[in-house]
Amino acid sequence: MHDAGKIVLGLGVFGVLVTAPVWYGIGRGKGEPPELQRPATAKQCIEPTAFMRARHMELLNEWRDAVVRDADRVYVASDGQHHEMSLTGTCLRCHEDPEKFCIRCHAYAGVEAFCWDCHQKKRTMAVSARRERGAP
Amino acid sequence: MTMRRRSFLKLAGLGLAGASTVPVAQALVRGARTEAGPDALKGKRWAMVIDEKKCLTRGGCDVCVQACHRAHNVPAMANPRHEVKWLWKEQFGHVFPDRVTPYTPAVMKERPTLVLCNHCDNPPCVRVCPTQSTWKRADGLVMMDMHRCIGCRYCVVACPYGSRSFNFEDPRPGLRGEPTDYPTRTKGVVEKCTFCAERLAVGQRPLCVEACEGIGCGALTFGDLGDPASPVSALLRENDVARRKPELGTSPHVFYLL
Repeated sequence: MHDAGKIVLGLGVFGVLVTAPVWYGIGRGKGEPPELQRPATAKQCIEPTAFMRARHMELLNEWRDAVVRDADRVYVASDGQHHEMSLTGTCLRCHEDPEKFCIRCHAYAGVEAFCWDCHQKKRTMAVSARRERGAP
Repeated sequence: MTMRRRSFLKLAGLGLAGASTVPVAQALVRGARTEAGPDALKGKRWAMVIDEKKCLTRGGCDVCVQACHRAHNVPAMANPRHEVKWLWKEQFGHVFPDRVTPYTPAVMKERPTLVLCNHCDNPPCVRVCPTQSTWKRADGLVMMDMHRCIGCRYCVVACPYGSRSFNFEDPRPGLRGEPTDYPTRTKGVVEKCTFCAERLAVGQRPLCVEACEGIGCGALTFGDLGDPASPVSALLRENDVARRKPELGTSPHVFYLL
């Protein structure tokens, strides 16, 4: 076998380069999950916490399609509770500051969510008062 | 074991019949579902009638425009070529070019006329949209799904009324005052009037109509053409009404009493 040394060396370099992210991660140590702001009063999200944690993005996609495409506005949760399908109007009622909840966790997970490019991060007083009466 | 063609086809047919009974779409969570709000306005065919004479009595009034643009977070752009608008006033001669002659006096030709998306029966914008981000609802509203819009602007070109605006820049710095809860748009999407779909869903009529009534003018009437008792049906029955560029076959559903 000719050039065995070069080939083995090349394979070694290749192996190190390919696995570099793993070594980098080990070298940096274990990242601590971010401290998230918990809702002040509510104890329970609209669906069980485990489901929300794993599949909130699918739920929000379903809400988006239902509201925009089918003009449905009300989500009847598995426990029978009715909720308005609104990111700003419903989610932010408990998760008051997306910076300290959504965005913080997404930054940790390295997943970019562009919801807030358009949707408001803050509920306005005038509109939230209207919302209490059932308006959008 | 060998299988004859006949028995294979039979089995395949049975399998297909069985598969067709499986529900196609399932809710994400067992027992959860979505539904329309209890107050949602339902119509067969929404339409608007603009009484131009009433509108003109108020001269340069633009409460409807202000109310709409404020509520929907429509920005005021510094660059006029980047202008975004849902509802605005245009010179009569531009709105109805076939209704002016070389002998029409300038005051008539240049009188401000309210224009918005016509929510056509046969909307050219919908035909050309490659992502179906604009589509016509069963009740006639021509809707926009900002989540899907890729900013190709075919619809802007296709619309014969210039009802659509493109966001050439981030609209947020140009907002008029504090934003409402209505989502802003983002750079690179097209927007237009949606007949206040978000208000119909909670039992309210379009904001421009309410704003106009609020000042006691009542030049704008909104309603369901599928309902013969609705005010729009009555207006169309009893008046000579005009539509913009009817010759194009788009069948606009914003009607003008000239």
